[in-house]
Amino acid sequence: MSIKTIGRHLGLPVFHVLMILVLSLFIVSFIVLAAGVSPFTAFSLLYQGSLGSVSHLGHVMKSFFPMTLCAMGLVYTYRISLWNIGIEGQVIVGALSAMVLFRLFPEPQVPSLFFSLGIVSAFLGGMGWAMITGFLKSTCGVNEIFAGLGMNFVSQGLALWLIFGPWKRPGIASMSGTDPIADVYCLIESGPLSISGFELILVFILFIFTWILIRKSIVGLKLHASGSNPFASRLLGLQPTLSIHLALAVCGGFAGLAGLFQVSGVYHRLIPSISSNYGYLAILVVLLSGFDIRIVPIISFFFSCLLVGSIQLPMMLQIDSSLSGVVQGIVVMVYLVYMGIARHLNSRIRKPVYE
Amino acid sequence: MIRLENIHKDYGSVKANDGVNLSVRPGSIHALLGENGAGKTTLMKILSGFIAKTSGRIFVCGNEVDISSPVKALKAGIGMMYQEPMDFPQMTVLDNLMAGRPSGFFISRKKALHDLDRFSSDLGFSFNPASNPASLTLGERQQLEMIRLLSLGVKVLILDEPTTGITDLQKDVLFFSLRRLAKLGHSIILVSHKMDDVTSLCDEATVMRQGKVSGHFSRPFSSQDLLQCMFPSGGDVDIADDYQPGDPFYFLDQVTASSSRVVLKPISLNFRQGEIVGLAGLEGSGQELLLRVAAGVSHIHTGAIRIGDTPLTARSMKAYQSSGVFFVPGSRMEEGLISGLTLSDHVALCRSGHTLFTRKRAVESQTSRFIENFFIKASPHSLVDSLSGGNQQKFLLSLLPDTPRILFLENPTRGLDHDATAAIWNILKTRVRHSGSAVVFSSSELDEILQVAHRVLVFSNGELMMDRLCHDLDPHDIGQAVSGIKQTKY
Repeated sequence: MSIKTIGRHLGLPVFHVLMILVLSLFIVSFIVLAAGVSPFTAFSLLYQGSLGSVSHLGHVMKSFFPMTLCAMGLVYTYRISLWNIGIEGQVIVGALSAMVLFRLFPEPQVPSLFFSLGIVSAFLGGMGWAMITGFLKSTCGVNEIFAGLGMNFVSQGLALWLIFGPWKRPGIASMSGTDPIADVYCLIESGPLSISGFELILVFILFIFTWILIRKSIVGLKLHASGSNPFASRLLGLQPTLSIHLALAVCGGFAGLAGLFQVSGVYHRLIPSISSNYGYLAILVVLLSGFDIRIVPIISFFFSCLLVGSIQLPMMLQIDSSLSGVVQGIVVMVYLVYMGIARHLNSRIRKPVYE
Repeated sequence: MIRLENIHKDYGSVKANDGVNLSVRPGSIHALLGENGAGKTTLMKILSGFIAKTSGRIFVCGNEVDISSPVKALKAGIGMMYQEPMDFPQMTVLDNLMAGRPSGFFISRKKALHDLDRFSSDLGFSFNPASNPASLTLGERQQLEMIRLLSLGVKVLILDEPTTGITDLQKDVLFFSLRRLAKLGHSIILVSHKMDDVTSLCDEATVMRQGKVSGHFSRPFSSQDLLQCMFPSGGDVDIADDYQPGDPFYFLDQVTASSSRVVLKPISLNFRQGEIVGLAGLEGSGQELLLRVAAGVSHIHTGAIRIGDTPLTARSMKAYQSSGVFFVPGSRMEEGLISGLTLSDHVALCRSGHTLFTRKRAVESQTSRFIENFFIKASPHSLVDSLSGGNQQKFLLSLLPDTPRILFLENPTRGLDHDATAAIWNILKTRVRHSGSAVVFSSSELDEILQVAHRVLVFSNGELMMDRLCHDLDPHDIGQAVSGIKQTKY
């Protein structure tokens, strides 16, 4: 299989992917140079911090799971041409919903049953939150971007209120969050990478599920048709409004599960920044993957490496760890500019000439 | 002042403009008429720089000009006013006037105010410079747009359907201002379907048909002259010989509705089994709205719709489809098919029902059957975008169930050549004959209606003017009905 064939299978020719990466690293190098640090040192630290050891790779995976879940959810909404900016809030509400159950039953009789209920609660929480956006769009005509943004603020406010109000730690209320959840609700980490098998298996199953649903079943086609041309879809006997609700419900559910991962797998409590911005990052992941479910894990892994690898930068080079955000942002910007130019050139070549 | 010489505009094999010659004298008001698809809007867009011509020459005051963009058209003194004014609703009237200037860094509030005052008093308009266009009526926004264009030095003003959606009073003000402009030496080109407007205002009229100029008139001319030129059917009525209508089964009772262009006045109708009904009238007279309303695509304000004894009023489009009522839109790619999907994808979507997976091979063989039965030149894996208009239309028809009870078709043969048109009608007539379905269609070609329909309904200004069987039809009556004179029912 040639490199071009692999590229075609990945949806985006490898040449373009390489060009985007090289151009992005080139621009980032200038920024790092301006900060007085050798780009080579910075990149090598990024690599060491993410893929340099087994334990670092474990951290990368902990970031990879929730981010991939969110990105997979967004594949559904992008398929129907919806910008689910509200996914950030859906992660938070998923976390809150799981926390409600974990706090209500701190010492469960049958831990596995109650943890399963926690999973359902997180899924339904995220789903319900997303469906409010869907309802606002389908009945009141509110653009999903504005509705989602508004819902993000509300969910963030709700989390803060709970942390500093009803769920505050006895005697103190701080940004460090609520009391830890019971050990039975914390995910067990195992293996050389010390990652949760539950997260790995769930993400894998949902990846296969989404792949089949979006690419192999009629559902993906219906979502695409409803998003591309709602009027024609109705004439063909489809129900575009139902598709909007379905896509948002699944996306919100996946985001809710990502919230559960954050609570049970990473922080073991509710903290103000419980979402770790994975919702917003997932939007960039899906954008870069060209909305192709098959590419999502690759881009998500790359972003996770950047996130985890950059943690070392402040200690070693006195560069702020936000460099990872700069790299991510630049990759996306370069991608958009690059694809825009490619499209423009393409259309110029194909444009019929009448004169 | 303006001379268009041998203008051609081709879209693939479709000739939107086919060797058009047009001269507009300075100080005259010139009407450009023609049915939808006649090529008048294309011609005006070429003149105002919005689209490029395929070939031909444009002269302004005797000099050949290159109009390849709206800015170049403005430099040549040509400006176009659209039906929906292109203003900035959130900015003030004065800011709108200043924002429209194509170049220059500094803005002159004083000059803009002066222009506003001067043109307003010249043309009989009245504006508060600090108000927002959002608070103005459509007519006033048109006036603002007119001032904006004039302040940019426009000498040739093109108006596209300016009297649609404005009050009679505003129409009077508009006509006064246009006459005044003509007196000042400006040339006005009026694109319109309204015979009254054209006969009362214009000095000259050019009629277009199928991309060509089909007639030119100078004052005095009557609406009958113009209509005769627009619909040169000349009474060659080819009576459909297979008319064996069944019982009425589809009923509209005192239905009213409205769109952005027309208000449908209370209408009561029924359609019979095995009947082909053609809807005629000038564009935007209500026939398209009636089709959409009757098919459950647009909502009605009052009245009732039922099929047999089953009421359909205010039901969803799905309920109409379940009752055997189907609609095929005129704009095939915009409203009928889904861009980027293949023929097989469309068939899978239509036939999937509630299943999660479709059998690829079954879908493909069904698509192949459609392709064969409907003579579509494509393969199951062809993208619908790559199909010609005729094949898109045939594919749309193939997607309909085998035995619909009633089909509402919006301009089913628009833009198709003779062979494709014949193929479409063969398919539809076979359906009518075999399944007893009723077909109701609109068409801008009166010839087509008279050739294939059993019954014709003529609309004017949202009102049903004539409802007759084709075999006892006098073409003269159609002309009368189109121009708004009510004919007796059959």
